[in-house]
Amino acid sequence: MRSFYEVQAANKRKTVLLFLVFIGLITLLGYVFDKAFGGGMVFLPLAFIFAVLYSLFSYFNGHRLVLASLHAREADPNVYEEKVLIDVVHEMSIAAGIPRPRVYVIPDPAPNALATGRNPEDSYVAATEGLLKMLNREELQGVIAHEISHIRNYDILTMTLVASLVGVIAILARWIWHSFYWGERRRREERGGNGIILLIALVLMIIAPILARLLALAVSRAREYLADASAAELTRNPLGLASALRKIAGWKKPMRVANEGTAHLFISDPFRRSLTEKESLLANLFSTHPPIHRRIKLLEEMAGGGR
Amino acid sequence: MLIALIVAGVIILWFVLTYNSLVALRNRVRNAWHQIDVQLKRRHDLIPNLVNTVKGYMKYEQETLEKIIQARAKAVSAKEMKERAKAEGELSGLLTRLFALFENYPELKANENVLKLQEELTTTENQIAFARQFYNDIVMRYNTKIQSFPTNLIAGMFGFKPEEFFEIPEGEKEAPEVDLSL
Repeated sequence: MRSFYEVQAANKRKTVLLFLVFIGLITLLGYVFDKAFGGGMVFLPLAFIFAVLYSLFSYFNGHRLVLASLHAREADPNVYEEKVLIDVVHEMSIAAGIPRPRVYVIPDPAPNALATGRNPEDSYVAATEGLLKMLNREELQGVIAHEISHIRNYDILTMTLVASLVGVIAILARWIWHSFYWGERRRREERGGNGIILLIALVLMIIAPILARLLALAVSRAREYLADASAAELTRNPLGLASALRKIAGWKKPMRVANEGTAHLFISDPFRRSLTEKESLLANLFSTHPPIHRRIKLLEEMAGGGR
Repeated sequence: MLIALIVAGVIILWFVLTYNSLVALRNRVRNAWHQIDVQLKRRHDLIPNLVNTVKGYMKYEQETLEKIIQARAKAVSAKEMKERAKAEGELSGLLTRLFALFENYPELKANENVLKLQEELTTTENQIAFARQFYNDIVMRYNTKIQSFPTNLIAGMFGFKPEEFFEIPEGEKEAPEVDLSL
């Protein structure tokens, strides 16, 4: 297996690539916009500046967007269950040798958890109320160790950026779609629109979100397996996480607060999509999480094979 | 001439980088030790509080409580690493045993103060265990590095010495047996 130093380096490269693809994509949208409206270079530089600024904003504030979109609040040490969560997060950060992350609670009955932030010095762990109710201490330790591994491996930066960038691409695509629709009608009334450019624009509108999804997937299955393995290494107890995943898998209702942009951040698929449980090529490409039964099996094999 | 300069430059660079990485690693070892130390002290502070809180309920466990107080005193006064590890190990065993005995006292489990104290001590126990796990991993890396060639040349020159592991005492490795016939 690769050491986590190599994983860290790979994540830093991926982050740079992510920015470049995002800025390129948005600038391309600006170009298509210019062509479609036929007026010089107006949208292209605007799009470029917007993309750069939004990238910077995402880098510094992505975790705030994520936490706010989930209605997360800081854990309260006076509530027994949340105090246990804070303690367990602290324990696992000591095991991984990273600074203490801030601890948040998501008001949702579905059991799930995530980590976000920029680097181990500025990191956040959030668990749902449902998770705290459902798991015992040992199982909670497994789940938190998984999240702490994401922090130590610098997964959180890449994953948080994807959430922020995918989110804005989805909004932009919808917005541009509408403006084209109205623009096209107006032009048809005047003199008939430029059909080919419009077609390109439409194709781009459809491709952009798919591309964004694919980007998110560069991030997905392999790193979940790796975080499971690191969690077992940190706790020296693969069965704790295995048992937690089994309980989480038993919950069949989707999460209310999660959305397209944040789904891949969670320890288990918040939408409970059936694709997640398949292992075909398509599933490998498009699902954000590995099949949960397979993760449980791998963890149990680790326990069986000794340390 | 130029080649000689380049070779000298490369050697000096290697020298500086290796020395700095050794210093960084040694600091990590010290930092990791500090983590253990902080948690051990926290446990020492929590124990008198716990004993006083549960004393009234656990009339038949005075002997166990007495042993805990003694083990704590021994751990506080221990100086050497080995002696200290042994005393702290005994203390861990006794505390686990005490928590198991809590099961016999339903009033204890209903007491919110006890519940909070128990959580405090549980997390402190775990933090000690994980800090020790991390410390031993780092010490292992540090010791391997200063003993491998060619880093050992620099390590020897500047007096980098191998660090001691914080060993798990034999008694603590397995869960202590609880005698419920008391």
